Amino acid sequence: MSQIQARQRLYRRSRQSFVQGWDPVLTVVVGLLLIIGTLLVWSATRDWYVRSGLDGQYYLKRHTINILIGGLLAYGATTVDYRLLRAYTPFLWAGAVLGLGIVLIPGLGAEINGARAWIALPGGFQIQPAELAKIAIIIGMSMILSERTHDSNQPSSKDVLQALAVAAIPVLLIVLQPDMGTILIIAASVVTIIAVSGAPARWVAALLLLAVLGGFVAVKAGVVSEYQVSRLQTFVDPNADTQGAGYQLRQARITVGSGGLLGTGLFEGPQTSGRFVPEQQTDFIFTVAGEELGFVGSGFILILYLILLIRAFSIARRTPDPFGRLVCTGVIAWFSFQIFENIGMTLGLMPMTGVPLPFISYGGSSMFATMIGVGLLQNVHARLRG
Amino acid sequence: MNNRSRLALMVVQILVISLMVALFGRLFYLQVAAGPKYKDAALSIQSRDVVSPANRGFIVDGFGVPLAMNKAGLAITIDRIAIDKLEDKGVAVMKRLSTLLKLKYSDVYQNTRLCGELPVGKRAGCWQGSRYQPIPITKSADPEIALQIVERSDEFPGVDAQPVAIRSYPSYLDVNAAHVLGYVGPLTESDLLKGNGKQYYRSESIGKTGLEIEYDTFLRGEPGIRTVIVDRKESITRESQNTQPTPGNHLVTSLDVRLQASAEKALKDAVLRGRANGYTSDSGAAVVMDIRTGRVLALASYPTYDPNAWEKGLTVQQAEDLFSEKKSVPALNRALQGLFAPASTFKVVSLLAAATAGYDLKANYKCPSEVQVGTRTFRNFDSKNQGTMNMFKAMAVSCDTIWYQIAFDEWLRDGGLRPKSNPNDHFFEAAKAFNITQRVGIDLPSESSSRLADREYKENWYQQNKDFYCNYKERASKAQQTPFLLQLAAENCVDGDKIRAGDAVNFSIGQGDTVVTPLKLTQMYAAIANGGTIWQMMVAKAIVKTDGTVVQSFTPKKLGNVKAAPSVLSFLRGSLREVVVNGTATGTFAGFPVEISGKTGTAQVFGRNPNGSLKDDTSWFASYAPSKKPRYAVVMMVGQGGFGASTSGVGVRQIYSTLFGVTGNTLVPGAALFPDGKPPTQLPKISPATKPKEASK
Repeated sequence: MSQIQARQRLYRRSRQSFVQGWDPVLTVVVGLLLIIGTLLVWSATRDWYVRSGLDGQYYLKRHTINILIGGLLAYGATTVDYRLLRAYTPFLWAGAVLGLGIVLIPGLGAEINGARAWIALPGGFQIQPAELAKIAIIIGMSMILSERTHDSNQPSSKDVLQALAVAAIPVLLIVLQPDMGTILIIAASVVTIIAVSGAPARWVAALLLLAVLGGFVAVKAGVVSEYQVSRLQTFVDPNADTQGAGYQLRQARITVGSGGLLGTGLFEGPQTSGRFVPEQQTDFIFTVAGEELGFVGSGFILILYLILLIRAFSIARRTPDPFGRLVCTGVIAWFSFQIFENIGMTLGLMPMTGVPLPFISYGGSSMFATMIGVGLLQNVHARLRG
Repeated sequence: MNNRSRLALMVVQILVISLMVALFGRLFYLQVAAGPKYKDAALSIQSRDVVSPANRGFIVDGFGVPLAMNKAGLAITIDRIAIDKLEDKGVAVMKRLSTLLKLKYSDVYQNTRLCGELPVGKRAGCWQGSRYQPIPITKSADPEIALQIVERSDEFPGVDAQPVAIRSYPSYLDVNAAHVLGYVGPLTESDLLKGNGKQYYRSESIGKTGLEIEYDTFLRGEPGIRTVIVDRKESITRESQNTQPTPGNHLVTSLDVRLQASAEKALKDAVLRGRANGYTSDSGAAVVMDIRTGRVLALASYPTYDPNAWEKGLTVQQAEDLFSEKKSVPALNRALQGLFAPASTFKVVSLLAAATAGYDLKANYKCPSEVQVGTRTFRNFDSKNQGTMNMFKAMAVSCDTIWYQIAFDEWLRDGGLRPKSNPNDHFFEAAKAFNITQRVGIDLPSESSSRLADREYKENWYQQNKDFYCNYKERASKAQQTPFLLQLAAENCVDGDKIRAGDAVNFSIGQGDTVVTPLKLTQMYAAIANGGTIWQMMVAKAIVKTDGTVVQSFTPKKLGNVKAAPSVLSFLRGSLREVVVNGTATGTFAGFPVEISGKTGTAQVFGRNPNGSLKDDTSWFASYAPSKKPRYAVVMMVGQGGFGASTSGVGVRQIYSTLFGVTGNTLVPGAALFPDGKPPTQLPKISPATKPKEASK
């Protein structure tokens, strides 16, 4: 049986899935992650809220609403042919830049943990334009790098510079917040998209070098706030600060480690119930999985992510359209780096940055953005034959 | 897709899979490989031990009369964390509190400082525990004042009043016994770290000295622990264990409250008598021992302190006084830590030396007013010529010159300043026959060992000091440059490593560098009295549970035997009886209805007091009784107390009077402390209500 036949069978199968053209494996994996995330967010907040005399299902309800909105957005992102997205890209990008500008204006932007990353909305909601910027940058760069105005099979240096400009403006605005975690994720996506676009190797090498140098200079020149330097130092020497960032990281490691092989069982973790780890429903959600589900449960989550990423790679490889491939690549780099950054921080492999865990952490903006990201993957998948 | 893109995508895919594998590996390490470690860490984060201290066991005398017990107290505590947060660091609160409790503000301030916060030398009265536990200002507050503090909590932030069990030394018959009992206090960081194989908790107390520390493991019991699981805000989410405290065991001692009180009073009277006679008379010790067992029946040291002061709240003044030279360092237990030249009481050693050297103890020897030793003249006591006498008499009248002559002759025989390779050293050997440098082994902390200034000691001393004496002019202070001291230094430089004639002569009358503790002398005299057995001295008889079952008994232990012929010991006993019948102690014991044997001692002390006066003589009386069938050894020493007989001898008589029930010169029937003629062997019933038995009149 030829490879082509096998592939065709696969395409047919995917065509038959419950939503037109969606990859069923991807759908199931994301669904499982959303369910696990919901339970973990509930467990992380239930006892704490009940003890404080509040509604124990407060976070559960809000998280469910976020998922529903996210689901609609994902669905929306698959309905329009992604190739038509190119037409809206300038508006998307301009919207993201506007939002990033607004957060910096005192009175409009909300400052949390030393970063101005949120726009406060009525009703206690907040949105984080940086999440939207990730999507705008990925699509914008993919567009520039896949369109050829010249006779070459690969982007020219001019294309690369244009693409970099698309990324640079939002990144500069995010630097001002500052939100180092998001910058790292965007940087990873930018380098990956340029590398996969077939751009000259010297660009890839130069960008990698620039990323390293940029990080170094930023720390030295004080662009990165003291708050972030202290987080970084804490990573180097976890005993440096016992109450601040060092405390959080130590508590996180202890909480994960104490779960052991099988965990304490959902809702049964004393570290989780005692709220010893701060930000447990958002940035440190993986500690809940570690403690309550143990190595078996949290390992399963890692396997789900791995399947998700491998499926995404498969879509990127299979699509004949360079634009679709670059969008997929960008989303892959974004997801994988955000997952690694978040779980790596929890496990003590990475410095502390405030990035949420895709599909699992509580938080609307991140949930919406990652769901749109999955929508884009499904969109490309649905039009593989095109 | 061109090749470069394909390659790049593949590299990215490998990278991403590697990142995920790295996470997987790290997760495995944290949860499976290091899981147990993190489980423990999590448990220590979540669990809190609420400690209820156990009731400490009593310390009782041979009849069960409590010397140390517990009573309900009311503690007023200050929370340092809370008051440090106040704008003035709690100054106003502490001022209000000190007014209310009628304490000095400076004391309250000092009491709430951690010892580590204060410069060395200014730490008296500081808090030895941790910042994180409430610091007690007093543990015996008036309930009405405590109530006021609780009611006016807004005026006293960080101040709390709580009922506590406190250590109480009931002081029946005004007994003090502080040096034997010791006291209890908060655990220090080093106690917590060392642990002695025990889990200590911050809120517990621990014995600080005396029997309280020696038998702490038995007395303390096991605290009750309630372990609760808390959240980050320290609110309790559930309880994981709850054990009740196990009370500590009681310690039965061989002390007798009545005898102890009497020994303390006799010692104090002796010190005051010394002062009345014009001596500095600054310190003293008195010991009563059962010569058949080594058990201590009474042990007093002067000056003393109030063991209850700690629970009342020690003032800075009290804490400083404990170690103050001006107050003669009351913390020192002179019975076992004080080293003094034994003077004539040491002639029992010289007599043994003479006997081993082959001198006929019954022959007559001259007791002239002085003996010429080399270029120096050594005078008899009071320069009195006593004529000729045998050694029996020599002991009774405490002739010095007989011993000078014998010691000098023996020194010459051993080669003088050029000693033979194997000198006889009869005098040093006689001291060793009494195991003089061996500790008495008493069950109290920090016993000093007595010092024998023999050839070996001299050699060591010289090695350490020759540099100083050979460069005396440069090294010594101006005040030390008197002609006499310069000459002494020159001599020390030349032959400081040798036993000189003067050293040998001085040794024979218990002067010079040989020093003993009062306990050692007691043990030596007990050995003479009991036929040569050197008993380990001990205070504890048994550890008894609250229900009366015996946990551990402490049986008498022989440390050795005096290496002397029974005939020599018998001769010694006769001569010690003669001291009282017709010798230096005759007047002191005139008319005493019980036969006493003993020896006076008046030791010269060199050096000056802090006020510049020359130091007065050490007064000794070492004895045992009844002479014919000895049972008790009694020794008293008064530092700078003057004559042996008039200061200490009279004190010893006072102690015997209590022991045998003597009033004046008559033996009062039924008044003896031990009607059977020996201390009780049965263990008593222990009850907090037991009171000392009044001797029936």
